[in-house]
Amino acid sequence: MTRLCDHCDQPATVHETVIKTGVAHEVHLCADHARAHGYVLPATTGAAVSITQILQAAQQSQPRAPERTIRTCPSCGMTIANLQAVGLLGCPDCYKVFEELLSGVIQRAQDGASIHVGRHPAQAATLIDRAALRNRLAKELREAVSSEEYERAARLRDRLSSLGTAGDDDLGATLNTPALP
Amino acid sequence: MKAIDRSVFYDSDTPLGDVVLSSRVRLARNITGYPFVNRAAPDQLTEVMHRVQSSQLGSVFEHGTRWVNLQSSDVSDRGMLFERNLISKPFSEGTHPRCVALSADGCASIMVNEEDHLRAQIYAGGFKLHALVGSMTQLDRSLERSLEFAFHPRFGYLTACPTNLGTGIRMSVMLHLPALRILDELEKMRRAAKELKLAVRGLHGEGSDAHAELFQISNQITLGRSEEDLLEEFAGVIVPRFVEYERQARQRMLETDALETTDRAHRALGVLRSARILTLEAAFKYLSRLRVGVALGIIDSVAMSTVNRLLLEVQPAHLARIRSIPASAADDDRAARATHVRATLDG
Repeated sequence: MTRLCDHCDQPATVHETVIKTGVAHEVHLCADHARAHGYVLPATTGAAVSITQILQAAQQSQPRAPERTIRTCPSCGMTIANLQAVGLLGCPDCYKVFEELLSGVIQRAQDGASIHVGRHPAQAATLIDRAALRNRLAKELREAVSSEEYERAARLRDRLSSLGTAGDDDLGATLNTPALP
Repeated sequence: MKAIDRSVFYDSDTPLGDVVLSSRVRLARNITGYPFVNRAAPDQLTEVMHRVQSSQLGSVFEHGTRWVNLQSSDVSDRGMLFERNLISKPFSEGTHPRCVALSADGCASIMVNEEDHLRAQIYAGGFKLHALVGSMTQLDRSLERSLEFAFHPRFGYLTACPTNLGTGIRMSVMLHLPALRILDELEKMRRAAKELKLAVRGLHGEGSDAHAELFQISNQITLGRSEEDLLEEFAGVIVPRFVEYERQARQRMLETDALETTDRAHRALGVLRSARILTLEAAFKYLSRLRVGVALGIIDSVAMSTVNRLLLEVQPAHLARIRSIPASAADDDRAARATHVRATLDG
C-alpha cells in the first residue's frame, strides 16, 4: 500500500528514519513537503526520466576527479560531457568505461534495479553459467586451502583451469566484465 | 502500400476493448561490434542495415516482409507508417541510413537504426498484450540465430539510453479516457501512473498531444524484472486498473447526467454524418464522443471497429492515400475528411 505524506494526503516519495534522543521516528513526505523540509530532490520532467539531468547530478555528486577516471570511451570516443549533453551512450563499451558514473544513474532510472533478470542470449547464458561456476569453484578452492584439504584443492584447481580464464569468455567487447554480482 | 491496410488495427472485440484502443510491444536490441546509432558512421549504419535485412525474421514475418528504405521512400509512405505508430517521428524525419521491415499484415515493424540498431514493434487492435509478448519472444529468438546482440551480464541487453536496459521490452496500450477528462480526473490518473512508474504520452508517443482523449501508457522500468513479471504486472494488474477508472467514470457520468451524456454522443454522430468541413481536431473530438457513446450502448447503429478505423483514417497521410493523391498535395483537406467520414458512417 502506498504510504501517504505525514502532512497531506499525497503519496510520500521521501522516507527516512530519524533518531532523536535515542528514539527512532519514521518520516514520510511528499515531494512538496520534502522540499519544504529542506530535502534536495532530483528535478523531474513529467513521468519520464531525464537521463541528462540524472547524469549531471550524478557527476556533481561524485568526489573530485580521481586521476584514474577515464573520461573518453576508447572504442567510440564518447566523452562524459557528450554523454551528459545527449543522454545516450555511444557503444556497448561505454557501459564499462562509465560504469562508475552510470550505476547510480541506472538505479535511479530503473526504480532502484541494477541487475538484469530475464532472458539472456543463448551464448551469453553459457557464459554466465561458466562465470558463476568459476566463482563458485574459486570460493571452494579458497575454503579448501584454508582448511588444508590439499587433495580437494588440487582437484578444484584442475577444474578451474579447465574452464579457462575470464578473458576466454570474450563474446565481443561487451562481455568482458568478469564477475557476476 | 496495400500491405498495411488491414482491419486488425481496428479490432475492438477484446475484453477491455471499450477502453483499450490498441496494444503494442516494443523491443530494443543492438548488434555487437558496432557503435550505437548516435556514434556510428554512415557506412557502419549501412552495414547494420544489410545484416538485419539478411537475417531470419521468423514466424511474425512469415507471410512476407516489405523493406522500406527511409532514405528513398516517399513522404506519404512515411506519413502512413507514422500515423500507425509503426515508425517514430525522429525515424521518419532522419537523414542517416535507416530502413524498416514491415510484416505482411502491417502489424509488425523493425526499425533499423532508430535510437538503437533494432527497434522491433508488434501492434494489435484492442487488448492483446499476452499474445504480442509471445510473438515478440519468437521474433527475438529468430533474430538471435543470425545476429549477436550486445549483452552485459549485469545490465542485460545494452541500449543507447539506460532507460531501455535489461529486457529492452516496453509494453504499451492506447487508452481512450474521455470520461476521466470530462470529470476532470486526468490529473489523478497521471499521478497514479507516475506512482506506478509508467510513462503517459499522447497519440503518437513521446512529445505528442493527447488527441481524441487517447493516452498511451507504458512501463518505464526495463531492468530487474523478467519479461514474464513485467507482463504480469502491466497487463494483469495495471491496465485493468486504468480501464476500471475510466469505466467507473463513464458510469458516474451516465448516472449524474444521462441526458447530457446521451445528447453528447448523438450530437457527435449528427455532426460527423452531416458536416461538410472537418478539421483533424474536430474529427478527433467528435469521434471520441461517438466512441464513448458506442461503448455505453447509447449508439448502436455504428460499430466500434468503424470508429476505431476512422480515428486512423481521418489523419492526413491516410486521408491522402484513400484519395490517391500525394500527401504533400493534400496538406489538410477538411472537406475531403468530412466526405470520407460521412461515406464511412453511411456505408
